[in-house]
Amino acid sequence: MSEESGIDVYRRRFLSGTATAAALAAVPGVFLHELGHAKPADAVVTGAVRWGMLIDSNKCADGCDDCVTACNEENGLTGHGRPASDAQWIRKVRLRDRETGHTQTLPLLCQHCEHPPCVDVCPTGASFKRADGIVLVDKHICIGCRYCMMACPYKARSFIHEDLHDQKPYAPRGKGTVESCTFCVHRVDSDRTPACVEACARENHNAMVFGDLNDPDSDISRELMQYSTRQIRADLQLNTGVRYRGI
Amino acid sequence: MKPLDYREIDGGLPFYALVGAIGVFVLAGLGAAFYMEHNGHWVTGMSNQIVWGTPHVFAVFLIVAASGALNVASIGSVFGKAMYKPLARLSGLLAIALLVGGLAVLVLDLGHPDRLIVAMTYYNFKSIFAWNILLYTGFMAIVAVYLWMMMERRMNVYTKAAGMAAFIWRLVLTTGTGSIFGFLVARQAYDAAIMAPMFIIMSFSFGLAIFILVLMGLYRWSNRPLGDVVVYRLKNLLGVFVAAVLYFVIAYHITNLYGTENHGVERFLLLDGGVYTRVFWIVQIGLGSLLPLVLLYSAAGRSRLWIGVACGLVIIGGLAQMYVIIIGGQAYPMELFPGKEYSSSFYDGVVASYTPSLPEFVLGIGGVALALAATVVGTRVLRFLPVSLADEQVDPHHPVADAA
Repeated sequence: MSEESGIDVYRRRFLSGTATAAALAAVPGVFLHELGHAKPADAVVTGAVRWGMLIDSNKCADGCDDCVTACNEENGLTGHGRPASDAQWIRKVRLRDRETGHTQTLPLLCQHCEHPPCVDVCPTGASFKRADGIVLVDKHICIGCRYCMMACPYKARSFIHEDLHDQKPYAPRGKGTVESCTFCVHRVDSDRTPACVEACARENHNAMVFGDLNDPDSDISRELMQYSTRQIRADLQLNTGVRYRGI
Repeated sequence: MKPLDYREIDGGLPFYALVGAIGVFVLAGLGAAFYMEHNGHWVTGMSNQIVWGTPHVFAVFLIVAASGALNVASIGSVFGKAMYKPLARLSGLLAIALLVGGLAVLVLDLGHPDRLIVAMTYYNFKSIFAWNILLYTGFMAIVAVYLWMMMERRMNVYTKAAGMAAFIWRLVLTTGTGSIFGFLVARQAYDAAIMAPMFIIMSFSFGLAIFILVLMGLYRWSNRPLGDVVVYRLKNLLGVFVAAVLYFVIAYHITNLYGTENHGVERFLLLDGGVYTRVFWIVQIGLGSLLPLVLLYSAAGRSRLWIGVACGLVIIGGLAQMYVIIIGGQAYPMELFPGKEYSSSFYDGVVASYTPSLPEFVLGIGGVALALAATVVGTRVLRFLPVSLADEQVDPHHPVADAA
């Protein structure tokens, strides 16, 4: 018996030791497995949402450019005092009807088209559209040919004509590449709204609404359902992500 | 006709002096490119309004002329015209050289010329630009093979097949170049299917004008006989091409003028566009089209000097046409809000201003110089040029040849 018992003890020790070793060996695997299933930076980007913006030009105050200032601060856009070549991601446009003389203002930015001409023409694929509809430029493979700027019907893009300083880590830019409004993608990815929208709301103008066009219950979708809106250059059928009221 | 004898041009001091003189302009172009890249494009006349400037005028002109320069070879190989066959080798060489010159300008103007390898390894196949990268490199390869078939006696039987392939390829290539503008829906001056065939006929004209000048220049410089038969045939053909370009330009504007939506841009280009209107009427139409037609088809067309002047005018007119298309087309504001006037800090709704800067111009000239240098060096190292293009050599019906 005692002999058998000794064997049992030995067997038990062997089995438990093997199990422990196996468990220990499995830990890094489990850990890596967990890492593999952790959400990588782009895991949140799916076609389930489509980010969009509604701009009500009736609420856009003449003389206010808080959205522009907020954009410049957020994304580190500092000019060189050369307006023809300095970057602008969003600008205030003043309209005047030729027949009636009616004037209004509105902010104009990248329209984040469903069918973006800039993405079509880009030779390297640096211009791209994320699954959630945000149109971006991959600064690593942009060769600076500027064909996207020729193709954009909204003049939304800027070429970086000179050296850059004091960049924001979340909004990388590069001399010799093209850039445009990112919908503040770094904020959107952490469930915040773009800086321009926030600035407009801070002043209580509330001319800009940001949200998910695919969610019928989002504020933007409800307003789009309720009011008549339009796309700039709707004739091109680009299905822009930015819509306007009052123009 | 006697059998043709092809020889390299002579070397020695005059050759090195010529290459050195052209090389100075190549180096100046490289220097200009370095200056622009080091400082950034703000030192040029280009801006966020005029994103393509003078370098693109030269680059697109050279690329278009490159495919046109091959026409002389195509007429010989594909269409079987015996008189053009002795000219075919130079035609192929010039086609490759002009394309290299144009592409060099295009690449050196990029925001990131250092990323040329990216352009070669990342492709967006919906981009006409990406297609063109393949069309340009393919063109050089096909024309190189075509030249080999022509220059290697054993391969001569394949000359016609290679010539046909090169001819078809060049038509596709120029269609691609024209479509860079034809496909742009955003701007009023572009977005027109006629751009592709118009660029093809422009290539016929510009390429032949350069070919005639280079041919006359090289034969004069190397003291080889060049008879009137060749020169007159080529200059008469050039006249036809110049008239054909004029026809396409008229068709483009008439079509635009019919639709009210294009009245603004047409008024800008034809009537009150300032420098663009002047460049269009005076340089492109007057000096670059009508005057060469008069020179080529009047008594002046019997003079080598006036034929050379006419070719030079066609080239200047071609550059002017590119200037009006590329820069004039961007200067006219985009129609964002039809029926409304609009303005902003980003130059919306106003005609964009552009003044060509010296570095841009020097870079463009550098591309032309690179093409010429490649041609001259090519004729020195390989047998591109017949020893004689005298009338009795090239004309089967020439009385002297018959007597002999």
